[in-house]
Amino acid sequence: MAGNAKLRRRLGRGGIHVLLIVAGLSMIMPFLWMVSTSFRSTLEITKDPYRFSPEVLSPGFGAPDTPSAGESRSVGRVFANYVEAWQSAPFGRYFFNTVFVALSCVVGVVITSALAAYAFARFRFKGRDVIFMLFLSMMMVPEPVYLVPSFIIIARLHWLDTYYALIIPWIAKVFSIFLLRQHFKTIPQDLFDAATIDGASRFSILWRIVMPLSKAILVTIVLFTIIGSWNSFLWPLVMTHSPEMRPIQIGLAAFSQEEGTEYGLMMAATCLSVLPLLVMYFFAQKQIIASLASSGLKE
Amino acid sequence: MSTPITARELSRRVRRRKRLSAAGALLYILPAAVIIIAFRLVPILAAFTFSFFEIKMGALVGFVGVGHYIKLAQDPTFWKSLGTTLWFVVGTVPPAIFVSLFFALLLNQRIKALGLYRTVYFMPVVTSMVAVAVIWKWILEPEIGILNFLLEKLHLGEPGWLGESRGIFQLAAAKLGLSLPRWAGGPSLALVSLAIVNTWKGLGYNIVIFLAGLQNIPQQQYEAAKIDGAGPWQLFRFVTWPILSPTTFYVFIMSTIVSFQTFSLVYLMTSPPGGPEDSTKVLVYYLFDKGFTPPASLGRASAVALVLFAIILTLTLVQRRLAERRVHY
Repeated sequence: MAGNAKLRRRLGRGGIHVLLIVAGLSMIMPFLWMVSTSFRSTLEITKDPYRFSPEVLSPGFGAPDTPSAGESRSVGRVFANYVEAWQSAPFGRYFFNTVFVALSCVVGVVITSALAAYAFARFRFKGRDVIFMLFLSMMMVPEPVYLVPSFIIIARLHWLDTYYALIIPWIAKVFSIFLLRQHFKTIPQDLFDAATIDGASRFSILWRIVMPLSKAILVTIVLFTIIGSWNSFLWPLVMTHSPEMRPIQIGLAAFSQEEGTEYGLMMAATCLSVLPLLVMYFFAQKQIIASLASSGLKE
Repeated sequence: MSTPITARELSRRVRRRKRLSAAGALLYILPAAVIIIAFRLVPILAAFTFSFFEIKMGALVGFVGVGHYIKLAQDPTFWKSLGTTLWFVVGTVPPAIFVSLFFALLLNQRIKALGLYRTVYFMPVVTSMVAVAVIWKWILEPEIGILNFLLEKLHLGEPGWLGESRGIFQLAAAKLGLSLPRWAGGPSLALVSLAIVNTWKGLGYNIVIFLAGLQNIPQQQYEAAKIDGAGPWQLFRFVTWPILSPTTFYVFIMSTIVSFQTFSLVYLMTSPPGGPEDSTKVLVYYLFDKGFTPPASLGRASAVALVLFAIILTLTLVQRRLAERRVHY
């Protein structure tokens, strides 16, 4: 920024980059430390907890006069912690649950939000604004406030420890309705009039014209719904108790409580749990950053 | 479709569309409304009701008026948890604002590789709280954790981090050979550790928000101030800071709201959860304890929920009010 030319001169480009790189390292080192530990055996960690490069990946692996003498490097040996973690807890099931729940939520949120937002934005009816305000006011209520009664409602419905408990209460999102409504309002009335004259029904206008015009907002909603669902913790912690129903977050938390000191195993499991979202993040970082920033979703 | 339509036919269609509106519109809202009513509105009203009743096996058995609130007010654990929460808010919000604003300012200097920095800073935001907790528990391990190894190398001692129940003021005073009374000990180092991890996780988020705010500042403002002979500090103090104040205020309120609700970090990182010596038992942990750990008291848990709601509602309304007025300078 030209306005800060003097600041820039004083600090210098180099200085700024040094500070930014130090901050960047402090952000990324914990992840690298996790990856490094995930390739190290418990014995190795106990002997030298602070070594960064895992033995199994170093050039001298298996050479005589080393602790690993005679061992051979194989895929199974390199990924030993991953294999063991995967076998000692039903991580496959955890992942399936998480993906299934997240995708169901996405489908549900998009459908319910588009329908409701369409009515709020383009129809005139009695009580429209009152209902909309009521919906909006729900956004101010934090999750812990409705957690206990929700638990009782879910229990009464006999939904505890089922997919229903993890999906149904989350297939409507006030914020998505709000975002879509704001966008739907910007679509010119002429478009609706023209379609009506052509004999299109209200639903087909929504489906054929309005939705294709709202792709950017829909991407935003899909992304924060997936990330919110993938990372949610308190709700599934309370609503599930059997391992078969656990999403990955609860599974990982349980695993870390059981394997408290097996750091290699734990880091391998953690790596697995963050990999899908981080891969998605690297492919769609711009959209993800914009999506999360707009949603106010932090945790 | 090119069938010519008459004016009469057109007005008939428009009229029919209007007539259908009320009933039809409700049909469109219905799916969302059912979910929002059943899983938001009803539970909120229920929490309100529960907080005035005795509950056995999920059924209301007797009206107790403000009984739960009185018991709450008489429970020292509740007041302690509220105090712990306030310390947590104090330990997370100002650092979150100042550190992220500082880096947002650096990123806003038309530097190269802006996108790369932003990508890296935002990584912890996308990562789940559970993963962050597991990774940091390993880093903060007092015996073999990497952080204490590095601190030891720098002769900075080996703090007990998550296992340390003593207050940070007490620890600092002990370094100077002084001893403080217990009440002046401050938040435990365990709680401060949680605050650090929490700040680390949310930093990228706040940076992105601040950066957006900074990029909205009109360039002319700086030009004008420079003509008046403003130096870099004056530019920040009299141009950037005042114009940025709505963003700063937004970050302040949002971070405060999120910090008041903190739970997962406490649950995941401390052992026993809320420990050591209950020094990390925050408000939502207290609520969780009362609601789900036998002997549970749903009435009491609901009373805590309402207290939390009142705090957060106040913060939200203040934010709305000021955002509407758009008072900057």
